[in-house]
Amino acid sequence: MAVRRLAPDAVQPKSFAFTPETEAWLVEQVRKYPEGRQASAVIPLLWRVQKDCGNWLPQKAIEAVAERLAMPYIRVFEVATFYTMFNLEPVGKYFVQMCGTTPCQLRGSDTIKKVLERRVGAQSTVTADGLFSWLEVECLGACCNAPMVQINDDYYEDLTEANFEKLLDDLAAGREPKLGSQEGRTSSEPTDNVRTLQDPALYDGSRVGAWKKRFEEEAARKAAESEAAAKAEGEAASAAKEAAVEPKPGKPDSGRATETPVADAPAQRAAAGERPVDPGARVAASEEGTRKTVDADAVAEEEEVAARLAGLPKDASAEDKANAVGERPAGLEAPRGGAADDLKAIIGIGPANEKKLNELGIFHFDQIAGWARPQVRWVGTYLAFPGRIDRENWVEQARALADRDKTS
Amino acid sequence: MLQDQDRIFTNLYGFHSPDLDAARKRGAWDETKFLVDQGRDWIIDEMKKSNLRGRGGAGFPTGLKWSFMPKQNDGRPHYLVVNADESEPGTCKDREIMRHDPHLLVEGCLLACVAMGAHAAYIYLRGEYVAERVALQRAIDEAYEAGLIGKDNVHGYPFDCYLAHGAGAYICGEETALLESLEGKKGMPRLKPPFPANMGLWGCPTTVNNVESIAVAGTILRRGGAWFAGLGRPNNHGTKLFCVSGHVNKPCNVEEEMGIPFRELIDKHCGGIRGGWDNLLAVIPGGSSVPMVPADQIADAPMDFDTLRGLGSGLGTAAVIVMDKSTDVIRAIARISYFYKHESCGQCTPCREGTGWMWRVVSRMAEGRAQKREIDMLLEVTKQVEGHTICALGDAAAWPIQGLIRHFRPEIEKRIDDYAANPHTDPVRVAAE
Repeated sequence: MAVRRLAPDAVQPKSFAFTPETEAWLVEQVRKYPEGRQASAVIPLLWRVQKDCGNWLPQKAIEAVAERLAMPYIRVFEVATFYTMFNLEPVGKYFVQMCGTTPCQLRGSDTIKKVLERRVGAQSTVTADGLFSWLEVECLGACCNAPMVQINDDYYEDLTEANFEKLLDDLAAGREPKLGSQEGRTSSEPTDNVRTLQDPALYDGSRVGAWKKRFEEEAARKAAESEAAAKAEGEAASAAKEAAVEPKPGKPDSGRATETPVADAPAQRAAAGERPVDPGARVAASEEGTRKTVDADAVAEEEEVAARLAGLPKDASAEDKANAVGERPAGLEAPRGGAADDLKAIIGIGPANEKKLNELGIFHFDQIAGWARPQVRWVGTYLAFPGRIDRENWVEQARALADRDKTS
Repeated sequence: MLQDQDRIFTNLYGFHSPDLDAARKRGAWDETKFLVDQGRDWIIDEMKKSNLRGRGGAGFPTGLKWSFMPKQNDGRPHYLVVNADESEPGTCKDREIMRHDPHLLVEGCLLACVAMGAHAAYIYLRGEYVAERVALQRAIDEAYEAGLIGKDNVHGYPFDCYLAHGAGAYICGEETALLESLEGKKGMPRLKPPFPANMGLWGCPTTVNNVESIAVAGTILRRGGAWFAGLGRPNNHGTKLFCVSGHVNKPCNVEEEMGIPFRELIDKHCGGIRGGWDNLLAVIPGGSSVPMVPADQIADAPMDFDTLRGLGSGLGTAAVIVMDKSTDVIRAIARISYFYKHESCGQCTPCREGTGWMWRVVSRMAEGRAQKREIDMLLEVTKQVEGHTICALGDAAAWPIQGLIRHFRPEIEKRIDDYAANPHTDPVRVAAE
């Protein structure tokens, strides 16, 4: 984080008043949010006020915003100092924000930076004529057009030393430079290499409505089916009359979308020529990757577990909760050979947990080593340690301990 | 290569008009009422069948996420919040959707809201995207005027779409920080649970989705979940916008099938690696938060969630940052470390202090002014930051450094040796890029 302070008193204006346009605009903004939530408009309002004040936020303006939105001063000062787009000190007429983050750096933002240092001077200082000031900022989200700068509201992309010098010359002379790419690209397409989106049928409207065919076919098939079912039912009914038995009920699923097979099943993988299940690869992947990479699955599982638990009554027993999220691991009546393993050897299992596990019929390392996701979730929830089994990696530990016992 | 007719973002490059009439010709807002009338369960079911994984980085299944919203309304309104705070270094895909195909997003918001019983959507756009804000607001206004959205619209489902914006804080891309910011506070992430699906915006059930995840919804529902699931590879289905930046001949955004091999992606669309394939050093395949992958491992790897995870990295937002052999790789990672130091919200101590510490050490290493034992010390510190913070920013700051040490330790050691042989106060060398 960066420390950001208000401008010194010497440059702070003595007063501030909203312009009538801003007042009118604010009414519209506040209307976006529910009654009493007008504080949500604080960021747009500060931004608008910054425009009105010559692209920076004086203290009086921040206080006025707080009063206008019925917020304590400190809350608005917090927002103004937290968000880096709020300039707390005066800036040049053309405020150049140069992206210096790695994708721009790789494409040569250092050159752009040198130009700025040479022509404008040090960061955050306004030139004597008041025209320029600049700041190195973090990624501005135009990485395919790197290097780039934002000057006031506008993006200027695909910069080189030469075209950036020209851009600054144009601004200094009061000419309006071209927005966006300085090398003639429309946006972020590959230069002279657009191989996609060439099919004219995409744009002449000829494909509009084509998708309905799927539903019409489905509906026709359904109609035929229900007709056949009705016919069969009619026959059954007439037969039933004669035989004096209950008529068959209609198909319970008539009228609903039919299920298509799931897209990724072992059978389909096999059909696609892949190994349907490759346990070796999975173990390797989990060892290599799980702890070190963005573990989306873990987050997904955590949210799913939380969602399932949220659906249970508050007084549900530990076992009910566990059953809702996983599968109880198979237990033994008694330890094999009468001697249980010392489960406390697993980091994370103490005497209390060992006792609880023994009560579940878990006595040996190899039992824990055999847990899959449903069992891990079940035990984690049962012991009220969501996620801990994974963090401490009980299953891996147990596997190692079981192997050690086997070899010793 | 993906067929043009299977592409969802048909105006990705802005060669055509973004306005309502042109968008309708491209298939947006085409009998949306029919889809709305199919009902909530059908939409969720179809999204689940499509196997769409969220496009914001974590890859969480979108249909499943929608189904977490409470089925019964307890009196609190439900909200959809669209995360358009695109700030992950390397990522610039949502920007193209918002300025060139905004109607796909607005329509997707309506459909997603039907699926989760919400009647209002807030699109939280990053503050710097001023032109995109204007374009998106224009699309929303057009949709209101045409009666497509609003209290009393042609679809018979009251729905309001609002545009809000931030003011330059990367952390607001984290879903709970985004909600805080939308409530008019500093963007500091919240503890979970409670999850936003129970307690989100203003304490109401909320789902936060990435722009791309929402914008593809209309097309998926029209053409069917099975169509989307038929593209890509198992568990990594559909199409994806890839943002290729860095040392390729023609950096670009492109929509491609999930699991396209890296080599094909670069050769077909980006004009190859600068200086040829032998000149490739490493690739950051999913935005700055994921560890880099060295050239030999990435060259023929399919670009999808699971393969890249197996390589110790991740697909993230599919922001592919390519580095050739002229790159000073230590300096590149040091710059990423500075980014995280700058963007840490300061709430959790390991991240607030750790990001600054890591940046200072990596910067010294980029000059060689370090000792070899500090490499392991640095690695140890990254492990202390990772997993010990409320949100994933701490992890994201740690992983690039771990990736650097994993793959380029000899490079760091060599830099230290060079400096020890010739100590001076100037930086050891200036990057050649």
